[in-house]
Amino acid sequence: MEKKTVVIGVIGADAHAVGNKIIDLTLCNHGFNVVNLGVMVSQEEFIDAAVETSADAILVSSLYGHGEIDCMGLRQKCDEAGLKNMPLFVGGNLVVGKQNFEDVKERFLSMGFDYVYAPSTPIEETIGDLKKHLGLE
Amino acid sequence: MKFLTVDVGSTYTKLTAIDATTREILGTAQAFTTIESDVMQGFERAWQELTEARPDNPCANFGYDQMLVCSSAAGGLKMVALGLVPDLTAKAARTAASNAGAKVVKTYAYEISGSEQQEIFDINPDLVLLCGGTDGGNREVIVANARRLVAIDRPFTTIVAGNKSATDEIRAIFEEAHKDVVITENVMPQFNKLNIEPARDAIRQLFIARIIEAKGLNRLQAMTPHKIIPTPLAVLQACELLSRGTATQQGYGDLLAIDIGGATTDVYSMAAGTPTVDNTMLKGLPEPWAKRTVEGDLGMRYSLTHVFEQLPERGFPQYEEQMKRVGEWVERCSSQPDTLAQPDSEEEKIEEFLGRSAVALAVERHCGRIADVYTPLGLMHTLEGKDLMDIPAVVGIGGVLRNSRHPEEILKGSLYNVMQPESTRPRNPKFYLDSRYIFAAMGLLRMVDEELACELLLRETKKIG
Ligand code: B12
Repeated sequence: MEKKTVVIGVIGADAHAVGNKIIDLTLCNHGFNVVNLGVMVSQEEFIDAAVETSADAILVSSLYGHGEIDCMGLRQKCDEAGLKNMPLFVGGNLVVGKQNFEDVKERFLSMGFDYVYAPSTPIEETIGDLKKHLGLE
Repeated sequence: MKFLTVDVGSTYTKLTAIDATTREILGTAQAFTTIESDVMQGFERAWQELTEARPDNPCANFGYDQMLVCSSAAGGLKMVALGLVPDLTAKAARTAASNAGAKVVKTYAYEISGSEQQEIFDINPDLVLLCGGTDGGNREVIVANARRLVAIDRPFTTIVAGNKSATDEIRAIFEEAHKDVVITENVMPQFNKLNIEPARDAIRQLFIARIIEAKGLNRLQAMTPHKIIPTPLAVLQACELLSRGTATQQGYGDLLAIDIGGATTDVYSMAAGTPTVDNTMLKGLPEPWAKRTVEGDLGMRYSLTHVFEQLPERGFPQYEEQMKRVGEWVERCSSQPDTLAQPDSEEEKIEEFLGRSAVALAVERHCGRIADVYTPLGLMHTLEGKDLMDIPAVVGIGGVLRNSRHPEEILKGSLYNVMQPESTRPRNPKFYLDSRYIFAAMGLLRMVDEELACELLLRETKKIG
């Protein structure tokens, strides 16, 4: 069966590179075709990459606390670019400090993300969701 | 061993006579050719001029063992390029076609529309480069564009260099429509990985097969076993050689070369273009080490009005008077392309100013851009395209620069400008000139004698300014 393609990257002006490499490796080990955009990735770059590679999901990381501003409008831009129903995953340290995660999650869901993860969620959990969502298991 | 190189241009046919035994250029000659007139006539007149029986002519009895030919006749090879995302495969397609020496009239992204189909019909290109999708990536758009291309009733050949998973389907579309198609490797097999050489070689081969016939070069081709290649490709090969050198000769290292012509301006860079500023992140498509861009709207005669329209000085009241006079000169040159500025006249200054402005625009489009990003950590930068700020050499090539009395005044347009700090242009280069107009000839010679071509390039390229 053909590999599923996932676009990953750290959004905005965020330069935390270590987690991104781990996610890349882990996804590869689980049989995904990974398009890793690295750090400091703009929304447009996520979309361009997803269009060109015909990606099956976009997985956004944000670690430095400005995730909410950086992620705003991504869903609308996907719709605009013809990426209808593109599964959007987001995780890392999405906001500054200790906020009630349920509130944070609610805000990201209403921005159009499909899956929102609390800090220190193991990436394996996301991979499980990813496989389910893409009908791989 | 004696070599003759022939460069069949749209206005001139240029010959260069080379002696490999004495390791020198014996002479050069050129003759006016018009697009309408027979290529052979231009060649014969240039040959007569080269071998004219004057007592001081070292080529009076010249005979050659091998002949090498390049051509940009009729403005070269007209192409359009199609890709998917503007900054990704559409840009990769454009880069591949430009590097092959073609004149890329237009680049299209996404599925083309009916009016864009009409536009391609009107352009009537010689070749079309169809790209889109990484291998295994998007296939809908490239397949849709293949269908749209076969519906255009023009005799162009299409080169397909896109998503390999779509190639069988695309081949069937073209075969069913009885349209010429050549399928080669993807220009972007993986995301952000460029692979332009196969497409470039395919374009080159088609150039030989198809264009030679159309432009009446077949009689010249019959005179030599060496394949005729596009002139810009020959120039690119010379730039590459001058930069890299050979096993025994040291080249210039990184360099930028500029050829400003009557209708177009070509810019070549031989450099990786990695960031010169700390804390810089690379963005966008990787750039080929040897890169050519061609600006169809920048030139000293046929496109001088476009240069004038883009002058940054326009719109400032303090320049109004000067701009009026520049405008008058532009009008004169556009209506009479053979107008020449008198030495030491105001017109000569205007001409140099316009040349400098055209070079500034062409180099700005060729170079990368750096942008500031304020992060919580402090200031960082992003770079898109090549950073050429530390490039040590800028070489002027082609007729306009060679015929100018102050070529360095024109080449200064390539310099870094504090008013546009984002444009990563050379800050402190030395200027050089192709003083004998031999770059195309040396690019050809390189194919048979690389050491000699390098030696002559190093000898005949002169430092100026
Ligand atoms: C190393 C580090 C840096 C280094 C980064 C070096 C580099 N190039 O990678 C430097 C010094 C540059 C740095 C800078 C900053 N940092 Co810092 N940094 C860290 C630190 C100590 C470790 C990060 C790390 O590499 N962890 C190891 C990797 C493996 O884990 P990870 O990155 O968290 O990724 C995992 C998970 O988050 C998760 N994950 C990530 N993305 C996603 C996505 C999905 C969908 C899912 C499910 C999971 C997931 O999976 C990953 C793999 O297991 C953390 C603190 C910490 N212990 O986490 C702070 C931390 C991330 N930094 C922080 C901050 C504030 C900054 C700065 C803004 C200012 C500062 N204080 O220096 C700048 C921002 C610079 C910028 N432009 O990005 C804060 C963020 C606070 C917040 N969000 O509320 C943290 C949490 C420290 C803190 N407690 O204050 N930092």
